[in-house]
Amino acid sequence: MIRARSIGALAVAIALAFSGPAFAQAEEVAKPDPVVESRLKALGEELRCLVCQNQTIADSSAPLAVDLRNQIRAQIAQGRSDSQIRDYMVERYGDFVLYRPPFKATTALLWVGPFALVALGVGIFLVTVRRRRAGATENREEVSAKRRDELQKLLADRGGDSA
Amino acid sequence: MKALKFGIPLVLFVALAIFFAVGLTRDPREVPSPFIDKPAPAFKLEQLHEASRGFAPDDMKGKVWLLNVWASWCVSCRVEHPLLVQMSRDNVVPIVGLNYKDKREDGVAWLTKFGNPYALSAYDVEGRVGIDYGVYGVPETFVIDKAGVIRYKQIGPITPEALEKTILPLIRKLSA
Repeated sequence: MIRARSIGALAVAIALAFSGPAFAQAEEVAKPDPVVESRLKALGEELRCLVCQNQTIADSSAPLAVDLRNQIRAQIAQGRSDSQIRDYMVERYGDFVLYRPPFKATTALLWVGPFALVALGVGIFLVTVRRRRAGATENREEVSAKRRDELQKLLADRGGDSA
Repeated sequence: MKALKFGIPLVLFVALAIFFAVGLTRDPREVPSPFIDKPAPAFKLEQLHEASRGFAPDDMKGKVWLLNVWASWCVSCRVEHPLLVQMSRDNVVPIVGLNYKDKREDGVAWLTKFGNPYALSAYDVEGRVGIDYGVYGVPETFVIDKAGVIRYKQIGPITPEALEKTILPLIRKLSA
């Protein structure tokens, strides 16, 4: 009885485990070629899905991403290189499709900006520290001179009291 | 010195605030199209209503025309549709539809229901032409000049504002 039930549960588990991928593949390719799929995955992870913009083409299940994956598969089958496929995407969707945009005039700020900001920050920090240190020494001398006068005055007053 | 101490952060703050304010008015979904001022990609497709007849962008050479990507499943296509119908009534320019990843009967029924502003619709059932035109959000509309060069791309529904301020003036300029 127990055994029959556990076999039943196992069968259901197996069926569930296989139904997901089988369905996903039916949507895309009948017989995935592991070499093509691994190149597709590597390429797809560098490409932005235009419909759901924070996903990659490799991750997304949007219909356009499915179409683009099939397009990439077809191009791999035609023997096109990774850079040719990337160019194909850029021709259609612009540099925006690349998660690693190329360095050029329009993207210079994107690449250099953070480093420029860090340099600016370090610069401001150093100047501030230097200035503060100089100021602090000055202040200390000033204060001690002031204090000395005050102390002397206090002592003098006390002297006056006791007398 | 004191003026600097307060002045610099104030200037920085104002600059950042302006930056962010401009950023808020921009649509991050709008991808700058690499197609502007490039020849419209060639294709050859069946027509939606008559499968025996074809359409290629070359057929429109010598005319300023609109290529409007639409589908019966596309909700925001309904938003812009009355504007297209009005444009076709006013005979502004020929509008060619690109029926994108749709069922033929659904597309035809949709046009019967909402009105057909198109000179014809090309039937892109696989979405291959859509990919060649960099379509990622239907509806999209391309303004193509007499030489077959794409001059403008509207991503998402045409708004009355975009029509009045951008599309119609551009069409007038290109038709002159």
